[in-house]
Amino acid sequence: MDTLPHSTTSWPDSLPGAFERALLAIDRVRAWQVMEDALRRGVPALQLAQMCITPALERIGQGWESGVLALSQVYMAGRIAEEVVDGLFPPPEVLRGGQPHIALALLEDYHALGKRMVHLVLRSAGYRCVDYGRVTAEELSERIQEEAPDRVLVSTLMYRSALRVEVVKSSLLRAGCAIPLCVGGAPFRFHAGLWRNVGADAWGAEAADALAFVEGRLKGAP
Amino acid sequence: MSDWTPLKRVQTALSHQEPDRVPFFLLLTTHGARALGMGVKAYFQRPDLMARAQVAMQRRYGHDCLNGSAYASAELEAFGGETVFFEDGPPNGGPPVITSPAAIDRLVPPRIQDCPVLLRTLDFQARMREAAGPDVPIVGSVIAPFSLPILQMGFEPYLCLMVEDPARFRRLMAVNEEFCVAWANAQLQAGATAIGCADPMGSSTLVTLEQYLALDRELARRTLARIQGPVATHFASGRVLPHLDAVVETGTVAVGVSVLEDLARLKAAARGRLSLLGNLNGIEMVGWTAATAEARVKEALAKAGPGGGFILADNHGEIPWQVPEAVLDAVGDAVRRWGRYPLDWARAGLP
Repeated sequence: MDTLPHSTTSWPDSLPGAFERALLAIDRVRAWQVMEDALRRGVPALQLAQMCITPALERIGQGWESGVLALSQVYMAGRIAEEVVDGLFPPPEVLRGGQPHIALALLEDYHALGKRMVHLVLRSAGYRCVDYGRVTAEELSERIQEEAPDRVLVSTLMYRSALRVEVVKSSLLRAGCAIPLCVGGAPFRFHAGLWRNVGADAWGAEAADALAFVEGRLKGAP
Repeated sequence: MSDWTPLKRVQTALSHQEPDRVPFFLLLTTHGARALGMGVKAYFQRPDLMARAQVAMQRRYGHDCLNGSAYASAELEAFGGETVFFEDGPPNGGPPVITSPAAIDRLVPPRIQDCPVLLRTLDFQARMREAAGPDVPIVGSVIAPFSLPILQMGFEPYLCLMVEDPARFRRLMAVNEEFCVAWANAQLQAGATAIGCADPMGSSTLVTLEQYLALDRELARRTLARIQGPVATHFASGRVLPHLDAVVETGTVAVGVSVLEDLARLKAAARGRLSLLGNLNGIEMVGWTAATAEARVKEALAKAGPGGGFILADNHGEIPWQVPEAVLDAVGDAVRRWGRYPLDWARAGLP
């Protein structure tokens, strides 16, 4: 992964806050203005992504987790951030060198919002992801074994779907596949130990935790 | 023998007075299939057996209602969608039926009499009423107009519609309001005593207070006013405290509350205005021992029981299939042991 300069020369003091406020106000125009101003001042694109966009999305995610913000705000913030990144910055593979192979999956459900929000956060941080879409436990296990991603993020909504993670993980372990798997979704938010019970390697309380998982800084995760 | 029937107990609690004990609802669905040794899909095709199972479960656990709800995606079926059945969990909604915003322009409310799954549910409720008599409330269910699009079109397209296409949003709400009112009133006619209205989208977990005020409050108020019986609004594990004052204005009699919020704070905010229904953690319930069940029941009773206005239940509106029957027995035992008014032990601050 690229390293960042810690210098904040040319870094406008109000930039992260202004961008976050624009996201929460669902103000696309303002969000674009904030980023364009920063680029004009010479702030590098990757630095903007890592020190402005990503922290804003992480704070917004934490706001949802603590009950201060609503999911509608988190989702719209992620969408605007993605549009800004797509419009102003180079493609992920150019923006960020040494891309890990990240896979996303929705396990046995039709509610794709959680996976989509994880995708938005990762995309906004300059990561490229492979989206497996809606899959059964068996399909997910097979695809992971075929493609051997570096990290897998699994979204669930129903309790039954959460339990199906155990089928995926058992199948992978039987095949000698130890690829780290992070789970998220409502059932895991209502049962603190459920992710361990189903054999996952980590869990995320909100979409921005996916970024911490991918970057190896999620507490307790590999 | 006590003259406190389940109906009288619930009515008294909802009047913010203290009955003989705190009423409790075990909102069971798929457990009925297991009680009869049947598969889940086959069970939901048989209103006669569903009614028999609900009555038997109410007698076994001693809770204070019959759950007249079959499964949520029945309403998706009514709009032409599909339900996905599993043999180890509740039915799930299939793919969305509104696949483009333009489809909303052609959408009309389905007629109850044209929907086999709804007719089966009405038959189920009528059979329960006949078997149980008038003393046990039957709780029917509808999905709120504001929340049904989660199933109809999926979360993400719905959030976009809400923000970006107000005209089609209003049209969809109008269609859903008509359907919701007709479906609720059909259930009340069939034998339901009250309606549980699931409105997770109205929770502060999913929308801001500003969005709730602008998009849902008046819609909910108008819808509930047209339903010819009492309605309790359930936020299906979502938070509600920031919206509570606005929810009161909808005319709902009770709110289903989440374990994510402190029950004592909710009680303080709702006292005398709204009754609370909740907030046992249905997911954790899967692994409870009898001692855990007793502790969780006591905690909830202590926080929300005094003064009435409280019905103990799970926090989602449906107890997961994986919850063992022994845990349900333990919940019932704990309510009968600790839930007797005047709840002196709770008022004295005892554990």
